[in-house]
Amino acid sequence: MSVSDYIPVIGLEIHSELLTNSKVFCTCSAEFGGEKNTRCCPVCSGLPGTLPIINRTAVEYAIKAGYALGCEISKFSVWDRKNYFYPDLPKAYQISELYHPICLEGAVPIEYEENGEKKQKTIRINHIHLEEDAGKLVHDDLNGVSLCDYNRCGVPLVEIVTEPDMRSPEEARTLVETIALLLQYAGVSDCKMEEGSIRADVNISLMPKGATEFGTRAEIKNVNSLKSIYRTIEYEIKRQAQILDRGGKVIQETRRFDANKGETKSMRTKEDAHDYKYFPDPDILQVNLRDEDLERIKSSLPEMPRERTAKYIAMGIPEKEAKVIVSTKLISDFFEEALTVYDSPKSLVNFINGEIMRRINLGEIDIEKPAFTAKEVARLVEMSDTEKVSKNDAKTIFREMAEKGGDPEEIAKREGMLIVSDVSKVTGVIDEVIAANEKAVNQYKSGDKKVFGFLMGQCSKQLRGAATPKVIKEELEKKLESLC
Amino acid sequence: MVSMTIKEMRRSLDSGEIGAAELTKSYLDRIEKVDPQLESYITVTAEKALAEAAAAQKRIDSGDTTPLTGIPLAIKDNICTEGVRTTAASRMLENFVPPYNATVMERLDSAGAVMLGKVSMDEFAMGGSTQTSAFKKTKNPYDLSRVPGGSSGGSAAAVGADLCAAALGSDTGGSIRQPASFCGVTGLKPTYGRVSRYGLIAFASSLDQIGPIARSAEDCGLILNAIAGYDYHDGTVSRRDVPDFCEKIGMDMKGVKIGLVSEFFAEGVDDEVRKSVLSAIDTYKSMGAEVVECSMPSLKYAIASYYLIACAEASSNLARYDGIKYGHRADVGGSYNDLVVASRSEGFGDEVKRRILLGNYALSSGYYDAYYGKAMGLKQKIREEYADIFGKCDLIITPTAPTVAYGTNENIADPKKMYQADFCTVTVNIASLPAISTTCGYDAQGMPIGMSIVGRMWDEASVIAAADAFEHNFDRIKAKI
Repeated sequence: MSVSDYIPVIGLEIHSELLTNSKVFCTCSAEFGGEKNTRCCPVCSGLPGTLPIINRTAVEYAIKAGYALGCEISKFSVWDRKNYFYPDLPKAYQISELYHPICLEGAVPIEYEENGEKKQKTIRINHIHLEEDAGKLVHDDLNGVSLCDYNRCGVPLVEIVTEPDMRSPEEARTLVETIALLLQYAGVSDCKMEEGSIRADVNISLMPKGATEFGTRAEIKNVNSLKSIYRTIEYEIKRQAQILDRGGKVIQETRRFDANKGETKSMRTKEDAHDYKYFPDPDILQVNLRDEDLERIKSSLPEMPRERTAKYIAMGIPEKEAKVIVSTKLISDFFEEALTVYDSPKSLVNFINGEIMRRINLGEIDIEKPAFTAKEVARLVEMSDTEKVSKNDAKTIFREMAEKGGDPEEIAKREGMLIVSDVSKVTGVIDEVIAANEKAVNQYKSGDKKVFGFLMGQCSKQLRGAATPKVIKEELEKKLESLC
Repeated sequence: MVSMTIKEMRRSLDSGEIGAAELTKSYLDRIEKVDPQLESYITVTAEKALAEAAAAQKRIDSGDTTPLTGIPLAIKDNICTEGVRTTAASRMLENFVPPYNATVMERLDSAGAVMLGKVSMDEFAMGGSTQTSAFKKTKNPYDLSRVPGGSSGGSAAAVGADLCAAALGSDTGGSIRQPASFCGVTGLKPTYGRVSRYGLIAFASSLDQIGPIARSAEDCGLILNAIAGYDYHDGTVSRRDVPDFCEKIGMDMKGVKIGLVSEFFAEGVDDEVRKSVLSAIDTYKSMGAEVVECSMPSLKYAIASYYLIACAEASSNLARYDGIKYGHRADVGGSYNDLVVASRSEGFGDEVKRRILLGNYALSSGYYDAYYGKAMGLKQKIREEYADIFGKCDLIITPTAPTVAYGTNENIADPKKMYQADFCTVTVNIASLPAISTTCGYDAQGMPIGMSIVGRMWDEASVIAAADAFEHNFDRIKAKI
């Protein structure tokens, strides 16, 4: 048999840090980074006698995540202790929700392309629970020691557990991408893979085509990029298929992915699995939610990708373009803001998907911290549309805005790119040009219309962009005809 | 001066009869003289105490006092004190200096109380004799060959021997009431959720509660007034209003229904103890109280369920002591595992290890339902039985311990017997109720006998008033140390 004779069965546990200002059980900053061990206190570093206090915002964000992923929200949830020893876990237990998680049974539709074919599918979510993140170990190979950084200890995290509904690496990759986008839109996570704010454990098994019973699965821990998720699954499919082809049995075990080698390696087998001795945390009361709390949180949920796409299409934007805008929340938010200044969706989309995207892709614009604002771009696009600046000049102006920032109108003025179509000025210049070029005017009068270009050029030269060519042309034609 | 109640000291301090520094100095002198035999203090903070006394005197002089301003107190060594070593009587925390104050310490500070030092206890509050302390195996002030009880044995002995005006203890299954009983003083375990646990080194989080040990029920009320109430740092503290816990003092006992739960007087309780407590109940009758016979069928399962719950929580609470960030660190190389195993093996005493093992076993997968799950079920049952009893009566009176203080060499070797001795006190913690222990008699050898008065949840004021009523009709015999 070959790889194509097996069906992979994939389930994910996606961990995503929540964007709260403070940690889930204390008031320390939950922001990424910081000098080592400066964002911790007696509570999150687990000193004797300290107690956790629930961050309400973290609970609300978890509920929002639940709504974003189509979940039922549980009216009550209970905090449990997950007990294990590890130096990055200062209390020697992680506060989590095992038995009564906050969100239950969701569903996430995904759309993807496979072998050039457009496909759609819905992946079920088993549940979402809230928990605290652990610290980080820093290995100092030079001195042969390991050091602990507790800044990340207690940062709130949701763990999204899917049903084993995925059947290909592409489906898994798309699901993570889709969930990341939904969480971004819900405003609960920035889902930055590179900062570890979203990562996944991959569960995968193979079964022969036509079989109904799942095979034995392996769990690959802590895969931290979309690409790695894809490669992990590809690798595991091959590895497990080879074992099964030889008549062997896949062992139920925990593995890790080595991104450098593109391989997974065994960490521990089922026999060595931890017994986490879960039990309800007596330090924290259970969370009880009232209907009005849930209503309020639900109604505070911002517009989600699906709604935005539909709205854009209704504005007359082609579906493909609309999806490009929506697929990056920052861009979509940028577009929304630009619309408040200049209500011309199509030309804004053209400029964003064209000029702005081009420079983002070239690495000239940091999408997180652009030098320009959406409102400035909206005014630039409007200036271009109303021919206050030429299309080419608009690009030049934007280049400066992207590099240094600045008001588009001021740049245009300073660079003499502003087109002021003052008709009296135009007619004045035309009169001067006609007076100075008697010969050419006579030629025109005698029917030689070719000289029009020359006269037009003379006018433009003197007006130096103070009027659009269209206006100059109209006025000049009017004048010359009146002389004939 | 050193044997006055807080109420009496207040009068003397405010009238200028005695000075705060003088009072503190008297205790420090007496500690120096008596404590080498009694061994109640692990750390004496003389300098800090004198500074606090001086500050208190200023407040007294300006008339800005609280009932505790200038009152010298001893603090159980499992309550975190900023800048002052807090050991929980364990080698594991021998050199642990907390960078923060427990909420109760913040409150005592702002009341102007003086801290004399940190007193001994059973290691991590696990025990009933203070003999599992890694540092000071405190003696009973009535008989130095006997235990002071525990785990707050240092607190009770220091109060009984006049080495402080009053003390803070903590009570998980009787750790305030039983030593108060053994040392002939008064100890109050408040309702669970009445006093913040923030800064109390956890033994069993769902049962632990800080409370006062003092020379009278009224003094207990004065201290509870200062430390009780909502705290941002502890989510299990109630937001309900805190009354004046002394407000019911002087209440008429006429018509008050006192529950006599037969199981607490059954086999296993010494005759002298039984007689003494029953005669105290007669005293209440003579004041007009009515006695209602009640029953608590689940009491026979109380010890088993208490030790399962307490040890399960303890196994998790004590897992953080790994020698990595603070506390005892073994001098071994090798892996993280080797270091943790060696540090914990060296740092913890036998009783602590026993309970960690028991707790881990009870929580293990495959055993959870049979042990922890079942214990939680019994907890519910015990609560219901208490609710039934309080449907029929206002207070319950029981012996605090089945015996008087025993010899320092007894019981310790037999954990089962030692655990069994807690059967009078543990259900109160399981049911989150308030209870006070006060002396109700002495045995033939002159050792104190204590009775416990248990009240409804949040009704500390009634148990304090009832104990106060008895104390006014009873002559205590002071320890002669």
